[in-house]
Amino acid sequence: MKGLLPDLDLVRKDFPILERTFDGGETPLVYLDSANTSQKPQIVIDTMVDHLERHNANIARAMHHLGAEATEAFEGARDTVARFLGAPERDEVIFTKNASEGLNLVANTVPLAPGDVVVTTEMEHHSNIVPWQLATQRSGASLKWFGLTDSGELDLSNIDELITPATKIVALTWVSNMLGTINPVAEITRKAHEVGALVVIDAAQAAPVLPIDLASMAEEERPDFLVFTGHKVVGPTGIGVLWGRRAALEALPPFLGGGEMIATVSMEKSTYAPIPHKFEAGTPPIAEAVGLGAALEYLMHVGMENIHAHEQAITAYALERLATVPGVTVLGPADAAKRGGAISFELDGVHPHDVAQVLDSKGVAIRAGHHCAKPAHQRFGVQASNRMSSYLYTTPAEIDALVEGLEYVRSFFKLDK
Amino acid sequence: MTAANLESMYQEIILDHYKNPHGKGLRDPFEAEVHHVNPTCGDEITLRVHVDGGKIEDISYDALGCSISQASASVLNDLVVGKTVDEALVIHEEFLRLMQGKGNVEPDEDILEDGIAFAGVARFPARIKCALLSWMAWKDATAKTLAEENR
Repeated sequence: MKGLLPDLDLVRKDFPILERTFDGGETPLVYLDSANTSQKPQIVIDTMVDHLERHNANIARAMHHLGAEATEAFEGARDTVARFLGAPERDEVIFTKNASEGLNLVANTVPLAPGDVVVTTEMEHHSNIVPWQLATQRSGASLKWFGLTDSGELDLSNIDELITPATKIVALTWVSNMLGTINPVAEITRKAHEVGALVVIDAAQAAPVLPIDLASMAEEERPDFLVFTGHKVVGPTGIGVLWGRRAALEALPPFLGGGEMIATVSMEKSTYAPIPHKFEAGTPPIAEAVGLGAALEYLMHVGMENIHAHEQAITAYALERLATVPGVTVLGPADAAKRGGAISFELDGVHPHDVAQVLDSKGVAIRAGHHCAKPAHQRFGVQASNRMSSYLYTTPAEIDALVEGLEYVRSFFKLDK
Repeated sequence: MTAANLESMYQEIILDHYKNPHGKGLRDPFEAEVHHVNPTCGDEITLRVHVDGGKIEDISYDALGCSISQASASVLNDLVVGKTVDEALVIHEEFLRLMQGKGNVEPDEDILEDGIAFAGVARFPARIKCALLSWMAWKDATAKTLAEENR
C-alpha cells in the first residue's frame, strides 16, 4: 500500500502495549482509539524513568547538580517543542497541563468587552467552546459560530458577517476530532488579521499528524496562539503546550499566580517574569515535559511528513473498507486527503455503545459517544457515534479486523433478519 | 471480554426489550417530568410519572441511548407501573443492589422478574450507568411528585 511507513513492523515494536492480548492470549489488541490518546513508545517510558531515577530535582531554583540537570532537561524539552512547531522563538513555548488549559489560559486573560465578538465553529471540541462561553458571559462580549456544510467542512459563505472589526478572537480547530476535517487555517487567519482579531488554534488533533512549521508561514497567515496536548503525540498525560506569538503573549496579564512566574514580590505588588515563565506558576510537570520532549524527538525521527502520508494511506483504506459494511455511514469528508486520522461513523440499527462493547470482545478498541463534540453531533442529527482513529503504528490488517468486527456486530444484533 | 461474557451482558430478554420497548412515549396526565443525561456518553431520558392515591398509574418516557439503557427503561415500566410507591421503592432498591454488586449479587427473581437479566451488565463498570439512567430518573420524578403532594 502506497504511503505506509516502510518500517511499520519496527515502529510497532517500539510500542510495547501493542503486544497486549486478552482472553488468555487468544485475542490481540487492535488499538484504534489514538485520537483519544496515543500509545507510548519505549523511548518515552525509558526517558521518564531515567529522569526520575537519576536526575530528579526541582527546576530553576535548586543550587545543586541534580537541579541543574533537571532544569536542563526541562528547558531542553522546550527547545524540542519549539523545533517540532517551527516556533519563531523558543520562549514562545509555554508548558501547560494539557490543550484545555492552554485554551483556558488565553480565554481567561484576553481582554473582552461588551460589543466585542468571539467567533468559533460548530465542529469544536468542548474545550474550545466552554472557555469562550465563560469568557463572553463574563465580559458581555458575544459568541458567534461558523456552521458546517453537509460534507462536514466549515461553511465559510458568511465569513464576512462573522469576521468584522468587532471580532476580537477567532478560535478554531485545525483538525476536527469528530469529523476528521482539516480546516483552512491560513485562509481564516489572514481574514481575521485583516480586522485585527487574534487567532487561537486548537491543534490537539493536528499536531499528531500534520507537519507544522510556524516560522515558514506567512506572518499574516500565522495564528497568534496554538495549543496541543502531549498524550496525543505519543507523550505522557499531564503536559500540554501553548505556543503564542511573543507580542501577543506579552500583552496578556498572568493567568495563574505563584512561584516561578514572578520577578519580585513585595506586600504591595509583584512584577512578573518574562515569557515563558510568566505563564508557568508553580512547579511544572517536569518528568512529563521531559517525556514530551522524547516523544517529539521520536516523531521527528520517524518524520512528520512520513507520518502524515501513513495516516492518509490508512484513512483512505479505512474509508474504502467501511463503505463495504452494510448500514455504515461515515460522517465528515469522503476524501482522505481532507482528513486527519479520526473517522466517526454510525452503524444503522445499533447504538454506538453496543457497537464498541461488541468490538471490544474481539479486542478492537474504538471510542463511542459524543467525543466531547456535542454541537457537531447535533449538526448532523446524531446523538452519538463510533469513532476509529489510527496513528503511525496502525496497520491495514487492523482496519480489516475492525471491518470483521463490524460484521460480527451486525450478526450479533441480527441486523439481517 | 470473552464471547461468553458478551452473551451474559446482552441477554435475549434485554435485546427483546430493546427492540420492543414497553411503555415508550410521553403521555398525559403526569405530576412530574424530569430530564436526565449520562454526561459521559450523552444518553438522555425524559420521564414522566403519574401517581394517584399512592399508586403508580403510569411511567412514560422518551429516551435516546444504547440497548442497555433502553431495555432498562422498558423493564422499569413493566415492574413498577401498577405498584404502590412503597412497593416500587423496594424494587428500585433491589435493582440498585444488583447493579452495584459488581456481578457478585444473586438477584431476587420474585422482585426483579425480567430485571435479573441485567446481572451480566453489573460486571461492566462502564455500563452500569446505562442500566441505571431510567431508574434514577424515575426516583427523581417520584420524589418530586411526593414533594408536590405534601405541600
